[in-house]
Amino acid sequence: MRMIEVEDLSVKYLDIEALSGVTFAAEAGDYIGIVGPNGSGKTTLIKALLGLVPFTGKVFFNGKAFSEFTHNRHVGYLPQKMSFYDPRFPAVAREIVASGAYCCKKFPKRLFASDHSRAMEAMEMLGIAELAGRPIGKLSGGEQQRVLLARSLVHSPEVLILDEPTAALDPSSRETFYKTVRDLNREKGVTVLLVSHDAATIGEYAGKLLYLDGKVIFYGSFGEFCGSETMTRHFGAGQHIICHRH
Amino acid sequence: MAMDILNQITEALSYAFIQRAVIAGCFMALGCSFLGIFLVLKRFSMIGDGLAHVSFATVALALLFHAQPMALSIPLVGLASLVILELNEKTRVYGDAAIGLVSSFGIALGVIIASTAGGFNVDLFSYLFGNILSVSDSEVWMTALISVTVALVVVLFYHDLFAITFDEEYARVSGIKVRMVNRILVLLTSFTVVLGIKIAGTMLVSSLIILPGISALQVVKSFRSTIALAGVFAVSSVILGIFISYVLDLPSGAVIVMVNFVFFTAAFLYRRVKG
Repeated sequence: MRMIEVEDLSVKYLDIEALSGVTFAAEAGDYIGIVGPNGSGKTTLIKALLGLVPFTGKVFFNGKAFSEFTHNRHVGYLPQKMSFYDPRFPAVAREIVASGAYCCKKFPKRLFASDHSRAMEAMEMLGIAELAGRPIGKLSGGEQQRVLLARSLVHSPEVLILDEPTAALDPSSRETFYKTVRDLNREKGVTVLLVSHDAATIGEYAGKLLYLDGKVIFYGSFGEFCGSETMTRHFGAGQHIICHRH
Repeated sequence: MAMDILNQITEALSYAFIQRAVIAGCFMALGCSFLGIFLVLKRFSMIGDGLAHVSFATVALALLFHAQPMALSIPLVGLASLVILELNEKTRVYGDAAIGLVSSFGIALGVIIASTAGGFNVDLFSYLFGNILSVSDSEVWMTALISVTVALVVVLFYHDLFAITFDEEYARVSGIKVRMVNRILVLLTSFTVVLGIKIAGTMLVSSLIILPGISALQVVKSFRSTIALAGVFAVSSVILGIFISYVLDLPSGAVIVMVNFVFFTAAFLYRRVKG
């Protein structure tokens, strides 16, 4: 079943074309790594898919046109965080995770016992239940990222969009995080779109790679990526370094 | 000594103007402190200062045209708050710079009107420092109305405000109408500031917005407790400030701010000692 279908998507910032003619499709349960150099349009693509930036072209989620799709109910999002949260922010991890349920509430929003239970379940699933009562700003980078991941899972999304989730993590936390996302994809069948600038690492976990550089340069499996002549021309010896790690 | 002070407080409470000051001050303190938490955490707390400066100009304008200062200030300062937000969101002007821009324009305009018109400088300068002891019955009602509105908005939009304060982009993805909620927040701030200048004056009103919030942030770790404690600090500072100023014959607005400063220092030291 097609979960996401993107046809000829383009995004312009003022007069600069950040993305042009992006076309790809994701099946339900796919794990797609969106890779590319800095400024290649990775974050722009997912912001367009989330409705955060205007775009031209067509996007379908689960067969529904973009304008008819209620993103907030079906998509979990983990935004890019280059720095950690302010240690003085007055909220504990449990409050932050429970805020993931806001997406499915109408005005005036109210959280019920069931929402708090789901928040605790998400924390338990990610092995961070013991952090529930701790202030968000006092957690380590890896712990904060897992709290935010738990927040994006509270409403049981069908699609999970993660923007450079490991950018501020140390190598050990990075690996744990990637494994957690892979397990979510395999065990819960969540469709994952994960933005990363590290093609080698994400290639280890994702089923498909979408390589961007203002447009789609490559879309396929990691094996195909390593055998692609286009990518050989693009990377030169760099391709060998990326693929050799596996 | 203690009996003497108690007698003076009892005597003070028998005056209608003190009763009005306490009631209006408490309502104002609650409104300011509730808004202050969100503004402080959004790094937008100086908007109170900026809007107070704009209200200096609008009061000067009202005095020039012999109009009611509040009647003219409420819509104009409200408009200024929306201009600050638009500058921040839609142009390349950062939030603090947008506040500075509108604030300096307000002060400059006020000074030009005051110097060219002449004759009402004394009235205008009374708004610089405020006088809570001169609030009228209608001002008490207006203050109560705006503070109840603020409290209602905070209750009804609590989760929206929490989400926007923590992570605006995620709030937008969650379907929260960020633009609308931000506008409600700054408009309520503008109305509160206009009414607050009567109490603390344009020079000090922003401290009623900032200080209770940052004091509470030193002590508690959950969001709801922070809002509640900020309210307690704010109301206590008004009550203590009015009585201390009455006993020591000092300006009430300034004493209220000083009490808030003492609360902040105590909370700060408590946090340092507790770790």
